[in-house]
Amino acid sequence: MATLNTEPNLAAPDDFYEQLIATHRGLSDEESAVLNAKLVLLLANHIGDPDVLAQAMAVARQGVADEKGGAAV
Amino acid sequence: MKTYVNPVYSYTRPAELDRSGARRPVLIVGAGPVGLAAAIDLGQRGVPVLVVDDDHTVSVGSRAICYAKRALEILDRLGCGQQVVDKGIGWNVGKVFFRDELVYRFDLLPEPGHRRPAFVNLQQYWFEQYLVERAQQIPGVELRWDSRVVGVAPREDNVDVTVATVDGDYTICCDWLIAADGSRSAVRKMLGVEWEGQVFRDRFLIADIHMTSDFPTERWFWFDPPFHPNQSTLLHRQADDVWRIDFQLGWNADPEEEKKPERIMPRLRAMLGESAKFDIEWASVYTFACRRMQRFRHGRVIFAGDAAHVVSPFGARGANSGIQDVDNLVWKLDLVLKGLAPDALLDSYDFERTHAADENILNSTRATDFITPKSNASRTFRDAVLALAKHHPFARKLVNSGRLSVPAVLFDSPLNTPDRDPDFASGPGAMVPGAPAADAPIEGPDGDWLLDSLGGDFVLLDFGTTVPMREVAALAAGANRCRVVHVGPASQGGITLEDVRGLAAARYDARPGTVYLVRPDQHICARWRAFDPKAVRAAIARATCNA
Repeated sequence: MATLNTEPNLAAPDDFYEQLIATHRGLSDEESAVLNAKLVLLLANHIGDPDVLAQAMAVARQGVADEKGGAAV
Repeated sequence: MKTYVNPVYSYTRPAELDRSGARRPVLIVGAGPVGLAAAIDLGQRGVPVLVVDDDHTVSVGSRAICYAKRALEILDRLGCGQQVVDKGIGWNVGKVFFRDELVYRFDLLPEPGHRRPAFVNLQQYWFEQYLVERAQQIPGVELRWDSRVVGVAPREDNVDVTVATVDGDYTICCDWLIAADGSRSAVRKMLGVEWEGQVFRDRFLIADIHMTSDFPTERWFWFDPPFHPNQSTLLHRQADDVWRIDFQLGWNADPEEEKKPERIMPRLRAMLGESAKFDIEWASVYTFACRRMQRFRHGRVIFAGDAAHVVSPFGARGANSGIQDVDNLVWKLDLVLKGLAPDALLDSYDFERTHAADENILNSTRATDFITPKSNASRTFRDAVLALAKHHPFARKLVNSGRLSVPAVLFDSPLNTPDRDPDFASGPGAMVPGAPAADAPIEGPDGDWLLDSLGGDFVLLDFGTTVPMREVAALAAGANRCRVVHVGPASQGGITLEDVRGLAAARYDARPGTVYLVRPDQHICARWRAFDPKAVRAAIARATCNA
């Protein structure tokens, strides 16, 4: 089973982060949500591997809405 | 309605009101598509069957309109496929629109060499009328109208059924009861059996309109169209220039108000334009649920169709799965009634068709979640998928306006003999044990299509004619009769088909010597690279619970 890589993998982390925030510049919360959704879908398709995607979803859910147990769904 | 007048089937006073009648092998409750198909299938196999229905006509309103390829193939076996296809509107192509743009087009049957299209649209009343007419031709099939079941008393060896008529009640004893009495099944309630599932908080308006139009014969689905903002709309063409339009209304819509013509007309005008000429044929507002009974067999009472399981309409998985229930059940019931199989064979109906129901419910629930998002996040992702789909092929695979009915592959059925020859194709669409047999154009004594030559018996499909004549005779003489159908050089035993375009061999991944054992419901149950009489007999025994 392929494993989600959570070790550093971005060559220029600050560049990436700046670009990510810049991509959202001038958008309303609703528009940003749409952009994020498109981004997730594009990246998910690029990754393709269902195990990696499932691990990413589980990690992303950790610590969010703890009262619900933070379970991956 | 302008285009259809519901027939009236007359009630006749049953003899049982005056003297107790003979025990019946099979009683069917419900003369809808499922009950009628079961009656025809049993009747064709020589089993006398009585059908009781609480009404005296066919469906009021068009209701189930999309009949899938596999259901049409089953109807071919039941002798009324051609009528449905001739009257109905065949289609293979669907289009999905987001707002005012086409984002996705699919073809459900992209390859040639199939007798039946992916779908035929036909109003349920026509469909039922053809089934009634077919049932009436079969000796031993008796239909009783205006006869409502008011009591069911299941016992170890039989079921007592009490039927109410205008002239009073009577009780009939039957060996087996098939409950095909729909989603509000009275039999299910009388047995006190609960069913579980999910009810969707959304309402839909169905409007059937009569209109002459040159719209293409395709399934069109809109997400958030300009004429019906924030909701979905579905358009289907039916027979007689009748068009089905399905408007999503949302949970807060008032079903009584929305049914009124003065509410419906502006919606239709917005969609079709001010100049379109049309009349409303029939309209209905509905909600839906996905649920099934935990078990479809309760001793001698067997549930089929909507009585056993219901789905949302997106995907046309209701009536189509009910017809497949019948296809699966009837040959088994016939063998049990003839003493050729133990009644444990009927547990395989339960096993196979509850799996199929789960598959249908899964697909239907996923489509519903896409069409009716339940949270802001879900809606955002849905709209993101639709926005991406126009330019990016990957996103088109995520668009879900209903995954349209395909027959279940009975992968884990205990009736299958697992492959022992390792080199058979096993990917999607492969003829693995459990798969529905693929059709192919051939030339043979029973017509131009492979499935017509399979019929409704066990068949050994013999590619290259390698099964010796004495074995052909021995298989035909066995308790569970198996006909040998050769594909290739003619033989004196069994019938021979010519694989005129090579598609039979291609679809079955066949070489000279390859043999397939096909069940009476035209599902593969075993295959080998070389004929082995012992293995074939063992596989037939396994497929009939005689092992």
